[in-house]
Amino acid sequence: MAGDTLNINNKAIAQNTFDAIVVGSGISGGWAAKELCEKGLKTLVLERGRYVEHIKDYTDTTKAPWELTHHGEKTVTDINNSPIQSKCYAYNEVSKHFFVNDLEHAYNQVKPFDWIRGDHVGGRSLMWGRQCYRWSDVDFSANAKDGHGVDWPIRYKDIAPWYDYVEPFVGISGSLENLPQLPDGKFLPPMEMNCLEKQVAERIKKNFSDGRTMIIGRTANHTVKVGDRGPCQYRNKCHEGCPFGGYFSSNSATLPAAARTGNMTLRPFSVVQEIIYDKETKKAKGVRIIDSETMQTIEYFAKIVFLNASTLGTAHILLNSVSDVFPEGLGNTSGQVGRNLMDHHYGVGAYGDTDDFADSYFFGRRANGIYIPRFRNINDATMQKDYVRGFGYQGGASRSRIEEIHEGGIGGDYKDSLTEPGKWTFGIGSWGEHLPYYDNKVTLNKDKKDKWGLPTLDIDCEFKENEKAMRKDMMNSAAEMLEKAGLKNIGTYDSAPAPGFCIHEMGTARMGKDPKTSVLDGNNQMHDVKNVFITDGACMASSACQNPSITYMALTARAANHAVDELKKGNL
Amino acid sequence: MNRRDALSRVALIFGGTVIGAEAFLSGCKTATKYGASLNFTPDDTAYLNEIAETILPATNTPGAKEAKVGEFMAVYVKDCYEEKDQKIFMEGMAKLDEACNTKNGKSFMECTPEQRHEFLVALDKEAKDYQKSKKEDDPTHYFSLIKQLTLMGFFTSEPGATKALRYVAIPGRYEGCIPYKKGDKAWAT
Repeated sequence: MAGDTLNINNKAIAQNTFDAIVVGSGISGGWAAKELCEKGLKTLVLERGRYVEHIKDYTDTTKAPWELTHHGEKTVTDINNSPIQSKCYAYNEVSKHFFVNDLEHAYNQVKPFDWIRGDHVGGRSLMWGRQCYRWSDVDFSANAKDGHGVDWPIRYKDIAPWYDYVEPFVGISGSLENLPQLPDGKFLPPMEMNCLEKQVAERIKKNFSDGRTMIIGRTANHTVKVGDRGPCQYRNKCHEGCPFGGYFSSNSATLPAAARTGNMTLRPFSVVQEIIYDKETKKAKGVRIIDSETMQTIEYFAKIVFLNASTLGTAHILLNSVSDVFPEGLGNTSGQVGRNLMDHHYGVGAYGDTDDFADSYFFGRRANGIYIPRFRNINDATMQKDYVRGFGYQGGASRSRIEEIHEGGIGGDYKDSLTEPGKWTFGIGSWGEHLPYYDNKVTLNKDKKDKWGLPTLDIDCEFKENEKAMRKDMMNSAAEMLEKAGLKNIGTYDSAPAPGFCIHEMGTARMGKDPKTSVLDGNNQMHDVKNVFITDGACMASSACQNPSITYMALTARAANHAVDELKKGNL
Repeated sequence: MNRRDALSRVALIFGGTVIGAEAFLSGCKTATKYGASLNFTPDDTAYLNEIAETILPATNTPGAKEAKVGEFMAVYVKDCYEEKDQKIFMEGMAKLDEACNTKNGKSFMECTPEQRHEFLVALDKEAKDYQKSKKEDDPTHYFSLIKQLTLMGFFTSEPGATKALRYVAIPGRYEGCIPYKKGDKAWAT
């Protein structure tokens, strides 16, 4: 009977209605969940992959190499199932269950693009590199200054309080350096440089007059306890999940905080198909998901929606959310959704060794290195002719057993010679800014569907002239610094990874001042659909050269605060 | 040091890419019939253990045989080698024995430790010279594969990591500068 049906529908709608929906449980989704729940919103967190419980599901991470069938290595089957994921530095016999099966998660490379993904609760916050560097106004004003992309609607002063807010909870170790291009944060005690790193740092400072400096990496590894997390045990197995909670992840930190409020409903196996737009209210009224286990379609409703599905995942959902009002995808009147895709270009640098410190060694496996902050194009004195923007270096020194091996290759003396450490070595690799180009884009491919019947993504992205010119300097400057630091046997490398492989993809729904040329406003709120907020990498209007996660986290907390304010004012 | 460093180190030693670990470079393979049907007999494993023990014998620390490097090689070649390298490895096991027969008039297993040592010193030199002069597309020398896996298997085994080297599962702290004296063992990881 009609009445019954209506009654059931009403009940179902009530059961499926929340104050807020967060799509994605990775590094930014976890923050959205925590902030919204702590502000009292009943929040549904949708995660397309399986559940991963902190500590309990970090299987095998306490095993020694010999306790693993392949001593940690990947197999041919791994490579066949995940030809893209298995190239990632963090992929090994233990961590591989945090990476998708590429055969089941198809996308199309119009140009080479390595899309590294973890579909599970916590997303890539489980395997991330953990380096955390604030942006400065060198970065936020870059687009306005040289005309690439559109001007950021915010400046450092807008985000600084939010870096201050998120950093102590994240738990970032680092040193205070007072550098204008790399602002200090609220840090835990820094990790220690080893002997060779200290020497290189001194010599770089002494030999370069442009203010360049080498500092210890700023990392979300906890050098002291952060609440019930950590401290770091210096095993250097972070990407396998840490049974000590020694580094920040959604699983260790934000999701438990959200759960403690009693306001979070976390739903794994929920592939978001689209955002449901209501043209009467001009707002999103909820999302439609596919339960990936039952293939059932379910609708959920809320007053606000946070999209934290990752740069490409978020673009996919927007482009797939078509309606009469938004035939090109939700909130896409600017035509910028899916455009301006960026990554960092990296995999280029130099290495060398030294006979110094033969009587020194180290203890522990420090899951962190050194950082050389950007020193190009940061003021008039450092302007470059060949390219705009800049790059930083990460790297470090270590002493491993290597050099004795070249001569004499069989027998007891040979074996024993392999058991001692060799020379100290030092290496750095560079991370460079990728400009926002309109034609670096993702689009939907409706002819090729994924296993849930959704269109796949065509990814069409490349590095261009500015990046290529910058790369030459990235390599040459690396070698020059190593030379001046007194290292020997210096070599350079450029492994030329494809875009995507740096796993810093961003930019597909950029922030901006003008709704005609950008998707989000200065509060990460969609220009076109006011109750939808996007605070993952998609929101970025430029890429800078710093590892981006801490900026996503700060923007997320800031946007959540704004969203709840607006809700209270009755504006949403 | 992490696993990736360990791999690069082995790669540095041999001046190239570690076979198996970087097999993706040559593209995505579909059928791996050779891989699935590949079978090492107990005799094969015993033979590999003796080769490995000759390369890395027991000294005042355990050797490759005690570390069961033969067993490791069998698993690794079966699961982590592409078909073309499996072929080189399997055929190499036979070639090694033939060469031994030619030189010593008996199989490798029948040779004394001294004969095995002398034979592998010569084979090691042959492999090294071949690897140095070979063109990029030429196949890897089978003995280079065997030696690579022997080193990898041994130094990641329990006796190799904890007795020949030093292994601390949970360091708990980092000290960037501590005294070192000649003879102190290197860290295993």
